[in-house]
Amino acid sequence: MISLTINGKQYDVDVSTDTPLLWVIRDTIGLTGTKFGCGLQQCGACTVHLDGVAVRSCGVPVSSVGAKKVTTIEGLSAASSHPLQLAWIAEQVPQCGYCQPGQLMSAAALLAKKTKPTDADIDAAMSGNICRCGTYQRIRRAIHRAAGA
Amino acid sequence: MAKTISRRIFLKVSATGGALVIGGYLPGLHETGTAEAASLFEPNVWVKIGADDSITIMLSQLEMGQGVMTSMPMLVAEELDVDFKKIKTEWVPADPKYGNPNFGGAQLTAGSNSVRGMWKVLREAGATARAMLITAAAQTWSVADNTLNTENGEVVHRASGRRMRYGSLVDRAAALPVPKTVSLKSPKEFRLLGQPTPRLDIPEKVNGKAVFGIDVKRPGMLTARVVRCPVFGGKVESFNSDKAKAVPGVRQVVKISSGVAVVADNYWAASKGAQVLDVKWNEGPLANLSSVEIMKKYAVLAEQTGKIARNNGDAPAAVKNNSRSFERVFEVPFLAHACMEPMNCTADVRADRCDVWVPTQGQTASHEAAVAASGLPGKAVNIYTTYLGGGFGRRGEADFVTDAVETSKAVGKPVKVVWTREDDIQHDFYRPITYIRMWGAIDGSGKPVAFMQRMVQQSLMKRLGPLPPDGVDRISVDGSATLPYDIPNIRVEFIETDPGVPYGFWRSVGASVQGYVVEAFIDELATTAGKDPYQFRHDLLSKAPRHRAVLDLVAEKSGWGKPLPAGHARGIAVMEAFGSIVGQVAEVSVTNGAVRVHKLWCAVDTGWVINPDTIKAQMEGGTLYGLTAALKGEITIQNGRVTQHHFNDYQMIRHNDAPEVEVHIVPSTETPGGIGEPSTAIAAGALVNAIAAATGKRIYKLPIRPEQLRG
Repeated sequence: MISLTINGKQYDVDVSTDTPLLWVIRDTIGLTGTKFGCGLQQCGACTVHLDGVAVRSCGVPVSSVGAKKVTTIEGLSAASSHPLQLAWIAEQVPQCGYCQPGQLMSAAALLAKKTKPTDADIDAAMSGNICRCGTYQRIRRAIHRAAGA
Repeated sequence: MAKTISRRIFLKVSATGGALVIGGYLPGLHETGTAEAASLFEPNVWVKIGADDSITIMLSQLEMGQGVMTSMPMLVAEELDVDFKKIKTEWVPADPKYGNPNFGGAQLTAGSNSVRGMWKVLREAGATARAMLITAAAQTWSVADNTLNTENGEVVHRASGRRMRYGSLVDRAAALPVPKTVSLKSPKEFRLLGQPTPRLDIPEKVNGKAVFGIDVKRPGMLTARVVRCPVFGGKVESFNSDKAKAVPGVRQVVKISSGVAVVADNYWAASKGAQVLDVKWNEGPLANLSSVEIMKKYAVLAEQTGKIARNNGDAPAAVKNNSRSFERVFEVPFLAHACMEPMNCTADVRADRCDVWVPTQGQTASHEAAVAASGLPGKAVNIYTTYLGGGFGRRGEADFVTDAVETSKAVGKPVKVVWTREDDIQHDFYRPITYIRMWGAIDGSGKPVAFMQRMVQQSLMKRLGPLPPDGVDRISVDGSATLPYDIPNIRVEFIETDPGVPYGFWRSVGASVQGYVVEAFIDELATTAGKDPYQFRHDLLSKAPRHRAVLDLVAEKSGWGKPLPAGHARGIAVMEAFGSIVGQVAEVSVTNGAVRVHKLWCAVDTGWVINPDTIKAQMEGGTLYGLTAALKGEITIQNGRVTQHHFNDYQMIRHNDAPEVEVHIVPSTETPGGIGEPSTAIAAGALVNAIAAATGKRIYKLPIRPEQLRG
């Protein structure tokens, strides 16, 4: 049994220790907002927070999580109230929407660190998240909006 | 070798009849908003009005980010005069009565055909309901129909100011005959259409609640990964599943038509099992195929005259007899779609029924594939659709449906098949590789007198059915045969061949090649003639006023001709694609062969507008899809297999190199055009022309490599 704290709730899961956190979240816990895009940490669709730091959950073996608190898109806020979620709606960011949970989690980790990120900060923090629909400029606008810029 | 898809779709439409219930939305996982009112007014299949004032609008076109879940009901709501914030939507079952007229009644979301195919049907549906509600109120008040108006879900008697809610009229309206004809509003009367309207799907796409195909869960469901032959068309000769079955969680290993499916309790176990599975392949006749050799063969084929797609004047003579004539050769590669959501499908095949949950662009094609794979009669097969994590043409195929239905049938349990990213990139239906010869001529005064094209390509049209008697694939020459420029001698030729690589519809399809090739060549004609590329096009568009207006607008908005920072240069392009006219200007700089795209301007005339912000979003995103292909996209084939594996060797534009796209919509009352694809088609054209302006180097081969621009 491995103990995990996800979105403030404790789970004891019986999985092989090499299972990536992504698949524990999706298949074992059943939270499907965190997406599978590549499995090699190249696209960012699976981004979650470990103690507030954005990580690619497809590359994190569940055994390495330990006591770190996991936050997924479902735990980002109650009732979609995070400033980034509100900004995402205001800027009408998502198209297909598949990458957006990962984009939001990367952006939330950035804002937690830098309350007024520059475009260069956004490039540095967000370039691991691919959006095939090409919503990048709206994501940038939404991050600035959420930062109150 | 690719199976014909839509021909089967067309046959299916006539065969299904009205009895089938396929399509629809995931039961229990999505609020369908069905009116539960005691009385219900259903004047047609598209709208239901309840006695409780509920307005339910049916959705047939599938949502992959292009905004149809919002724009389709807006068409109904405009004519019905209801508050759009209060409407509910419901996904429809597959049934010919919900089909798209642009696909002969099949249910398919492709080719920028949602608005183009459905606008009239949906507006008439709303207008019919409104007319009947007016008649019902007129009878109630004993007044003439033409003394009444409607607004926000109420009928209003103009003279007295009396009002009745639609809900209070449903019983009386339902008893009326359905009018045979209704008049539609003129664009000037629109209250909702043309207003930026928040998309209905966005709230659940920011909190993880949106359900995509990969998120489907069914009781007792297993998860499978399929091990496929790396060579196109290869088959399983034998396999040993001992090691795979030894992986904890792996339940069964079964042979299906696309390979061997490792079926497990969850994805990770299936994946580990797949990695240790021993398969011996019969690689088949394509094991020596290479994209380099394919292109060499195409060059030889291009020595011959092709089938004539367009012929004005005598272009070969004009080229031959003119001292300022030249020939250029263009090459474009195979491209994968690379949807962010890997292909997947969930199927539950029982003895007497088959249920399928799938992110698809085509309910009809998915149904067809599930019927074939399950062996069950059509009426026993149910297709439920979800949101699509990208489509771009890839999800118009149904190979993933076949995977899931065959696997579920083999193991007797519900199974979700999930593709890996490698599977997705290596087993796609690719945008076909293309070889194009272009000839042009300029006369003594600097006017172009000849434009000639000969293209060699797999026939996209053959995926839909046979080529027409003239042998010309109109999809492949979309953008060249439709050349808008006033040039006296024009000839476009098409040569079809098929090396066996699976190919299909990739966002903007034939125009994805022609937007680049035609506009790059026109640009070279302009500079050869010593003309400004914008002015040259403007002068040649005297007979194409919509093109000219778009060109002028994008030139004005981009500051065409005004000074730029040192090292920066602009390129321009204009074309018609999918019924819309699109113009683009790119501003770039090139440093040691590395291209930096600073900004893009886009102008579009897409006819009267439904949701302007959706148009802007599609122009922005479509442009980046085209830029990604031009700057990075190439699928190569060696030894019958795709060389690329992943996002590291099949790269995407990311945040740090994504330019801003500034979009301007031309006010228009023309019939609506498509909006999902035109900006993808034109992106490479404006880009390579800007690169030529910056460096003096023309790009004849995509993708653009730094080596082409150094030295």
